[in-house]
Amino acid sequence: MTPEASRPPTRGEASSAVAAVRLEGLVKRFGDAGTGAGAGTGAGDTSGSASADTVLAVAGIDLDIADGEFFSMLGPSGSGKTTTLRMIAGFELPTAGRILLHGEDVTDRPPFERDVNTVFQDYALFPHMSVADNVAYGLVVRKVPGPERQARVADALRMVRLEGYDRRRPGQLSGGQRQRVALARALVNRPRVLLLDEPLGALDLKLREEMQIELKAIQQAVGITFVYVTHDQQEALTMSDRLAVFNRGRIEQVGTPADVYERPATRFVAGFVGTSNLLSGETARAIVGGSGTFTVRPEKIRLAEPDSQPAPDEASAMGTIREVVYLGPDTRYIVALDAGGELVVTQQNIATSSMEALSAKGRTVRLTWKRQHNLPVGEE
Amino acid sequence: MVESRAVRIALRVVSVFVMTFLYLPLVILAIYAFNPSRLLVWPPTGFTLGWFAEAANNPAISVAVVNSLIVGALATVLALILGTLAAIAVHRYSFFGRQTISFFLVLPIALPGVVTGIALRTSFVTFGIDFGLFTIVVGHATFCVVIVYNNVVARLRRLPRSPEEASADLGADMWTTFRRITFPGLGTALLSGGLLAFALSFDEIIVTNFTAGAGTQTIPMWILAAIQRPTELPVVNVVALVLVTFSIIPVYLAQRISGGAAAGVSR
Ligand SMILES: Nc1ncnc2c1ncn2[C@@H]1O[C@H](COP(=O)(O)OP(=O)(O)O)[C@@H](O)[C@H]1O
Ligand SMILES: [Mg+2]
Repeated sequence: MTPEASRPPTRGEASSAVAAVRLEGLVKRFGDAGTGAGAGTGAGDTSGSASADTVLAVAGIDLDIADGEFFSMLGPSGSGKTTTLRMIAGFELPTAGRILLHGEDVTDRPPFERDVNTVFQDYALFPHMSVADNVAYGLVVRKVPGPERQARVADALRMVRLEGYDRRRPGQLSGGQRQRVALARALVNRPRVLLLDEPLGALDLKLREEMQIELKAIQQAVGITFVYVTHDQQEALTMSDRLAVFNRGRIEQVGTPADVYERPATRFVAGFVGTSNLLSGETARAIVGGSGTFTVRPEKIRLAEPDSQPAPDEASAMGTIREVVYLGPDTRYIVALDAGGELVVTQQNIATSSMEALSAKGRTVRLTWKRQHNLPVGEE
Repeated sequence: MVESRAVRIALRVVSVFVMTFLYLPLVILAIYAFNPSRLLVWPPTGFTLGWFAEAANNPAISVAVVNSLIVGALATVLALILGTLAAIAVHRYSFFGRQTISFFLVLPIALPGVVTGIALRTSFVTFGIDFGLFTIVVGHATFCVVIVYNNVVARLRRLPRSPEEASADLGADMWTTFRRITFPGLGTALLSGGLLAFALSFDEIIVTNFTAGAGTQTIPMWILAAIQRPTELPVVNVVALVLVTFSIIPVYLAQRISGGAAAGVSR
């Protein structure tokens, strides 16, 4: 059975009801007997008796990703993002849990029987084939007839702006061009879900920013569900419709970029997404007037003269500027609070020069911000 | 690394010595092949191509050469198939006893040929298999498989895994992935492994003696028999010289291929 045949004729008609990707209680433990898909680890022990040697890479994940969504998995290195993606693609067998694609349980199906395609972090191009043959590969193995195949390959190469490169070998391309070939090779099959594992990770900053915009545009043009793995919070916030924040094999929060940035569910999310400005314990009681942990985003805080009066709807704290970092458009101030702890404050350099900004070091200041920007952070 | 002058000179002297040690016998062999005297006398008494004509007209030699070529080809093909499959199984899948299998696959190359030979001979007798080319091929396959296996395993370790995953991801089943992605990646490892296996098979004598039976002779067996007869010595020299000349080709090719492949990977 080919995935083509199983596809309903009109795509996305039940999109509101059925998730494009649904993960139920997904767990992956490496090092157990019989699950060693990872080659080259060299460990000869396959007895699996020693549970101390196993790694719990994914520790129970429940997630619904809607049809047509640009969904990011954000988290630090080692948090289980790649492993989750590889289970969706079919390269790893889950230790427990289920994977449903458009309502169909694919947990035990091999990769070639799933209607998803992957853009690999290292691109994984076929070095012995031309660019055109790389892109055509999925169509060839699925026996798409020649004329249609050629038209679709040409379309895909045009979409990633690589017309005229079809006879080149991957070895003759730049990193950015290889990345585009990998994208075209996946998109040409018109999968319902595209998985991308840090696809821009190997590119330099400028190219990465260009490709972010381009990827988002392509996703909107083709309407395919993108599941995008990244450790770069900026990237996740700018590109995603929704994102999940991963930590130690679990999801800490799922939401829109605004949700996650402005209402972090946990201390970890507050710290990982954006700068960690946490007020807790005594400091929180003194400044916010409530118990628990709060976060304030650095750009919401204003620097004021020590003797100024805060407005009634404002929270305020006294402190000393400990460090000044000039960032070009912004300046970052690290302020040691009299009530204990530190806050990071960023101010746009609208009227300040670098000299003025840097001379602020050591000065006593009053920090003020609207009380609505005190965001309570859930404790885990 | 920078060596001192003395070390450099010493290294050069040693390499000249080693080269002399390796190649002087071959040079002497070549000289005798053109020496008109039927006995080994030094210095050579003249120059002749007569022994070449005598060798060419000896039917036992041509039969033995053909036998050796057949055995070498069949053992190589068998080794390429079995060695590749074993390498992929051991490299790609972790299963119970994987390390053990790897150990036992490599063991035959360390076993003394007489042991392999007598073990095989006993088995053939036990199962009532007639001695002949087939039994020689089986005997040679035992060490040829190891050669191919080692070459392919080494290559598999260097090949990235992700193109195969990409192939499966794009809808190719395991066989298609092997044929279109893995196999082209193994190409040069198979070629150099195959050439080396063929070269080993072609001059093997110990296992061959145990597994050949009475009626079949390979070229090394013919040579071993011929040197017992002093009058045939010049012809033996000719045959040996021709073998040397022809064995240079696969060794040279194998070197070129693995050298070229290494360069290709580092690019
Ligand atoms: N094949 C494997 N064998 C053993 N451990 C693995 C394997 N792959 C990943 N891991 C471990 O699982 C954890 C999660 O890894 P990964 O999913 O790659 O994280 P991320 O992509 O978020 O950086 C890490 O601790 C990693 O070392
Ligand atoms: Mg990863």
